[in-house]
Amino acid sequence: TACCFFSYYFKEPSFISYVIEGKELTKEEKQRLRKEKKQQKKGKEKKDASLPQVSVAETAAPASQLKAERRARQEAERTSKQSKKGDTGQPATTIVKRLPEHIQVDDPDVLKKLAKKLERQQIPRRLDYGYKVSLFSHLLQYSRKAPLTQQLSIPSAVIHPAIVRLGLQYSQGIVAGSNARSIALLHAFKQVISDYTTPSNEELSRDLVNKLKPYISFLNQCRPLSASMGNAIKYIKKEISNIPSQFKEDDAKKKLLNCIECFIEEKIVLAAKAIAKSSIEKINDGDVILVYGCSSLVNHILCEAFEKGRKFRVIVVDSRPRLEGREALRRLVQKGISCTYVLISAVSYILPEVSKVFLGAHALLANGYVMSRVGTSQIALVAKAFNVPVLVCCETYKFCERVQTDSFVSNELDDPDDLIVTRKGETQLKDWQQVPRLGLLNLVYDVTPPDFVDLVITDLGMIPCTSVPVVLRVKNVDLL
Amino acid sequence: MELQAVLMAAGGGSRMTDLTYNTPKPMLPVGNKPLMWYPLNLLERVGFEEVIVITTREVHKMMSTDPKTKLDIKMKLDVVCIQEDGDMGTADALRHIHQKVKTDILVVSCDLITDVALHEVVDLFRAHNATVAMLMSKAHEFTETVNVPQRDFVGVDQSGKRLLFMANEADLEDGLIVRRSIIRKHPRMHIKTGLVDAHLYCLKKAVVDFLAENKSISSIRGELVPFLVRKQFSKMTSGQKRMDDTETVDQKNDGLTNDDLFFPSRDEALLQLAQERSCWNDHRGDMSEAYHGGKLRCYVHIMDQGLCYRVNTLSAYIEANRMAPKFIEEPAVHPSAVISERFQMGSDSMIGAGCHVADKTSIKRSTIGISTTVKEKVKVTNSIIMHGVTIEEGCNIQGSVICSNAVIGRGADLKYCLVGNGQRIEPEGDTYSNTKKSILLEVSVTFGLV
Repeated sequence: TACCFFSYYFKEPSFISYVIEGKELTKEEKQRLRKEKKQQKKGKEKKDASLPQVSVAETAAPASQLKAERRARQEAERTSKQSKKGDTGQPATTIVKRLPEHIQVDDPDVLKKLAKKLERQQIPRRLDYGYKVSLFSHLLQYSRKAPLTQQLSIPSAVIHPAIVRLGLQYSQGIVAGSNARSIALLHAFKQVISDYTTPSNEELSRDLVNKLKPYISFLNQCRPLSASMGNAIKYIKKEISNIPSQFKEDDAKKKLLNCIECFIEEKIVLAAKAIAKSSIEKINDGDVILVYGCSSLVNHILCEAFEKGRKFRVIVVDSRPRLEGREALRRLVQKGISCTYVLISAVSYILPEVSKVFLGAHALLANGYVMSRVGTSQIALVAKAFNVPVLVCCETYKFCERVQTDSFVSNELDDPDDLIVTRKGETQLKDWQQVPRLGLLNLVYDVTPPDFVDLVITDLGMIPCTSVPVVLRVKNVDLL
Repeated sequence: MELQAVLMAAGGGSRMTDLTYNTPKPMLPVGNKPLMWYPLNLLERVGFEEVIVITTREVHKMMSTDPKTKLDIKMKLDVVCIQEDGDMGTADALRHIHQKVKTDILVVSCDLITDVALHEVVDLFRAHNATVAMLMSKAHEFTETVNVPQRDFVGVDQSGKRLLFMANEADLEDGLIVRRSIIRKHPRMHIKTGLVDAHLYCLKKAVVDFLAENKSISSIRGELVPFLVRKQFSKMTSGQKRMDDTETVDQKNDGLTNDDLFFPSRDEALLQLAQERSCWNDHRGDMSEAYHGGKLRCYVHIMDQGLCYRVNTLSAYIEANRMAPKFIEEPAVHPSAVISERFQMGSDSMIGAGCHVADKTSIKRSTIGISTTVKEKVKVTNSIIMHGVTIEEGCNIQGSVICSNAVIGRGADLKYCLVGNGQRIEPEGDTYSNTKKSILLEVSVTFGLV
């Protein structure tokens, strides 16, 4: 099976004949693959035909012998590398921060490393689509018409079906919004954990984490992970590794499922309730509140305030191509709140009427910047110019340790074909790829500096934007 | 495990009895491979490792013993044999294998020849958590001689993916009646008539469980799918009065409430929470949430490019043979065939294993079966010759289908004929029409209404 895997992967994906090998490689086979590659590099010739016989012969060797061999080889390689580097190597004390791979797409070495990692995990790689604007050529850009499932086998054997379903829903936009994505992710993880059985000679605490890694890579390929999802994954991994080894499998699984439910209950549901309670104090009768796009938290706050009897009206600002404001408008009007709907180009016209701006956040960065849907910083800027208070609502689990001061370095590029619109039967941008030097840019996120944000309402209370690092520090202390 | 594949190979081929009275339909040779091979090849290419095959004992015997109908399939085939009396519908067959079904299933019919990207259908099933996802294709000219009273009306929503309405003209007495609840939820509906149903369905496991309890449903295409499509728009509780029930079409199945069909997935509450927080809706313009809050959803993928044939009539069989070389990656002339040098062969022709083709023959746009002997000076154009046939010298065969083990005598001249199994055509025979040995082939072309 190992040789089939090699030949299948390196051909181009085409629906007619090529399929990723469905069976999962066992740990022994994976080790063997790695050994093979190293030996090939050294110039030894190993014919493919001999592989199956080799694997049959070597399964007889006990695991400890293989481990000893591996350790010896690693030592030898390490010493040879050290001698090669000599004086030119960096001193061991400096910490080199590694940039994540998904924002270094124009660097071929990083791409190679990423391809190798995906190959090891048996995840197909999604290909870039279309011409990218040069300022953003370091980011990935996918087409919705080429889903990752094209390259997977049906039925998916390597990746759990719940994760495949989730990945599809992410890439098609059926599950969108920071909270929804995290909840859906945790739901899928619950199914994975329920269906998981510990293989013999393995511990649940270590093996389950290794099982989750390819799933997370797969979801990353479908749509780059959000900060909230990243924090949820960190939490889960910590909980899994903290499972004491004497726990029986059923008890361990029950405990993990319980942890997930607690996380959702505390960090998302109860946090929303707490934030709603705090923000009702800030909403007065006769207020005109401006909201942008569709933030589940802001909608929740407004609906709660309306139920508690506050009299206010809402102006929903929307922007192309996502036009998420329509969904927010529907939810608010369904409750009975009187709403006005404008596009973002009209925001400076209606701001004189507005008394407060409520914004949702995708993540809050460690230097106090707010990362949210593209257009948010524009609204905050114009509101500042008009002296209208801007309140950002965000749960603490979305706080992120990243530092960013601009929207270029780390962002997400959505499908450029979303920008194409057909009016009266004419599609002007139908052949945009043929026009030289024309790039369609569909950004998803932008960052708002803390000078424009007056207050951040979290489940810990109402804090100024600059107190975010304090919260993060406190959170880290808690985790330790 | 995500999906289990089920191949329905017990059908009788009632619309092409001339071909199937001796050879069962799943074993009819198309491009020198048995008809069953095509859907099995599709499943194998996509990555399935085992298939449950529901078939008759005769076909099972032929599969395992007859070398001419050997299937080169590497998947594990779990063959379930049922009686041949023809009373068992497709849904009855599913009920029969209910115990083997452990997850959602993908049901394929044995007469489907297609190159569809199967992930399109399955992605609809996965992404929208659909109850049923099916495949349809725009009809091409030769494949369907659709008689006008048997039209299928298929209603889809604006995106072209959600299945809103499905009815066969034979069931509609007074005209096409569309429920008000459908129009209220989906004000724009596209009704299509020229579609070929590929009989490829992804069904949730709960549907199979439902079938096991409701023994009144016997056909997937005829009863189950229209029933599920209708139930999408039924009211949730049985106690509520139905104000817009003016149609008579679905009276027989209304005894079942929608509660029976509420197929909850695992951890429904969490899924509901995620959907509430998501800012996505599948429609806009009214006040309802995504999917109008309905839990039962039916989706369809309509192919407009690519090949999709259902080989259930004679003309479809002929067209499929013509298109067969596109699916098979083997060379047109089988290496074990013995062909002489002075012979002409067109590029669309196929010659099977173990054939003997003599000098001065010309074979154009035809398929020659396994172990066939073609003697000198024979001209074969636009025809299908099945296995074990002997064609003597000087014959001229045009536009015909010669079934297995037939013998065409010397100098016979056949135009547009169908020669049955094991028949003998006299030497110097002229074009036959309407005699007991051959049947005039009707290669009629009717354009389906789109």
